[in-house]
Amino acid sequence: MKERDNHMAYADGMEAIESAVLEKVGALLAGYDYRRYTGDDVKRALRQERLAVEDYGAILSPAAADFLEEMAAKATAETRKHFGNAVQLFTPLYIANYCENECVYCGFNCRNRIHRGKLSPAEIEEELKAIAASGLREILLLTGESRRQSGVEYIGEAVKLAAKYFATVSIEIYPLNTDEYAYLHACGADYVCVYQETYDPDKYEQVHRRGPKRVFPYRFYAQERALRGGMRGVAFGALLGLGDFRKDAFAVGLHAFFLQQKYPPAEISFSVPRLRPYINNAANNANDVHERQLLQVMLAFRLLMPFAGITISTRERAGFRDHVIGMAATKISAGVCVGVGGHKAAEKGDEQFEIADPRSVAEVHRMILSRGLQPVYTDYVRV
Amino acid sequence: MNDQLVIGSHKFTSRLILGSGKFSLELTRAVVEHGEVQMVTLALRRANVGGQENILDYIPAGVTLLPNTSGARTAAEAVRIARLAREIGCGDFIKLEIIRDAKYLLPDNYETVKATEILAKEGFIVMPYMYPDLNVARALAAAGAASVMPLGAPIGSNKGLCTKEFIRILVEEIDLPIIVDAGIGRPSQACEAMEMGVAAVMCNTAIATAGDVAKMARAFKLAVEAGRAAYLSGLGRVLDGRAEASSPLTGFLEE
Repeated sequence: MKERDNHMAYADGMEAIESAVLEKVGALLAGYDYRRYTGDDVKRALRQERLAVEDYGAILSPAAADFLEEMAAKATAETRKHFGNAVQLFTPLYIANYCENECVYCGFNCRNRIHRGKLSPAEIEEELKAIAASGLREILLLTGESRRQSGVEYIGEAVKLAAKYFATVSIEIYPLNTDEYAYLHACGADYVCVYQETYDPDKYEQVHRRGPKRVFPYRFYAQERALRGGMRGVAFGALLGLGDFRKDAFAVGLHAFFLQQKYPPAEISFSVPRLRPYINNAANNANDVHERQLLQVMLAFRLLMPFAGITISTRERAGFRDHVIGMAATKISAGVCVGVGGHKAAEKGDEQFEIADPRSVAEVHRMILSRGLQPVYTDYVRV
Repeated sequence: MNDQLVIGSHKFTSRLILGSGKFSLELTRAVVEHGEVQMVTLALRRANVGGQENILDYIPAGVTLLPNTSGARTAAEAVRIARLAREIGCGDFIKLEIIRDAKYLLPDNYETVKATEILAKEGFIVMPYMYPDLNVARALAAAGAASVMPLGAPIGSNKGLCTKEFIRILVEEIDLPIIVDAGIGRPSQACEAMEMGVAAVMCNTAIATAGDVAKMARAFKLAVEAGRAAYLSGLGRVLDGRAEASSPLTGFLEE
């Protein structure tokens, strides 16, 4: 068998920027042993107004499991202070699912036999219109990771169309160079989501067997390149359950924390995806990340960065999602299809994973109001 | 009834300005009524004209709209947002917010002065949110600001008048209404600000996140009125906490 490429080496065409964030996060992650924290460490952390790295480590530890209620109370107070009653609504639109990567946990894995497809510009516009008719004003455009099938210009055209109908356009696509992010920003995109999946380089190497995604540092520095390219905000996350979720959550928080410190105007948000079943792999699951652990991670993000957005996706069941808004989460998706298209016409390609909450925008809207919170459709004005 | 708050050419009897960004919109009317509020801010980025949950649909008629430029990171962005606010019919008031710090939401005073100058020339009634710095307040006044809105503490912190001494300096030195804009977490803090002579206070989080928002709006109204009455009564000497000597120090001059 051919030896796999070095996952720490940049491939041709990948921009390498001068930055020390990876080293900083890596050094702290290497020293993070969550087993050494006690209940007293957690109590001390919860007394702080702003968490130090040590405090953050404590509240992500198993010792903090006994303090989930206290963490939830403190997180709720912080969320209310910074966001009041506001809960933002959005939906994702997959425009293509071609992929050049071989990621062992993902439904879009290039070796997984699924229906592949991509929407034409006319089809994209039809989908956008259908979504806009539901009242949404914020959209997240997604593709699989294939420069050949869904190039930057193709995505740029989709962004331009989306900007006609939506106040906020975010993208969740393969990592780009700075000038490419600048191009998509000029097309109308303002927010970039890139998830590192796992911050453990060895695990990362094992699960990303082939394709450009294999290059760990290029993915790590995507948010920084996006900000340098003029994007207003960036989202962070790990695929919880893929590696050691406590360590990955610790690294996600620090990654975001140091980048915000370096780029103070940057709007920061977190996502908390867990492994989900997908076509040809019904057993794919985040075994050790149950809802208690997932909630602990969300609360820890909130307490580390009280001002950051936290998104809760339809990977989670309705009952969980309903309770975490206003407590930790500030943004919730609704009316979701995770196949290619599917809002207006039949899906042109299969789903990336199975969703657990199929509710419409109107249903989620009513749920938010019933919890005494305020659905927010637009929170951004592009000028 | 002669004690009016004058901003530009507009007169108000209420000295409680309501922020709206953290509210459940359906409660806005009740808060306005119970707080007897005459001016409500609205973030233009939340104006979903023609769409759902448009904040503009929830502000009662007769209340003066104070659109803000939240989301702006530069003077140029703020100016564009202000013009957009005017275009969609929000009037000439503009609360200038220019923030380049996502963590503490502290205002960028330098960009704020630049935007004030441009917008005042375009006929806006400019109410800039600022960090309480006397030199900047003078520059804002010279640039044509209609009021100056120093923060008491970081937005949403509910910490009260952390910057009290610096706001006091603005009250003494700047010949414009000084309106405390952020950090007021409880009615007693609003009262304290009014006692020292600020012209009005703005409040959002503290009311929006109260258990009974209408009742809390009334509590703030009463606190603001009490503080204003105290200021007008001239009880500053008592507040200083210094007793007056029964044998005046300068009594010897008559000997």
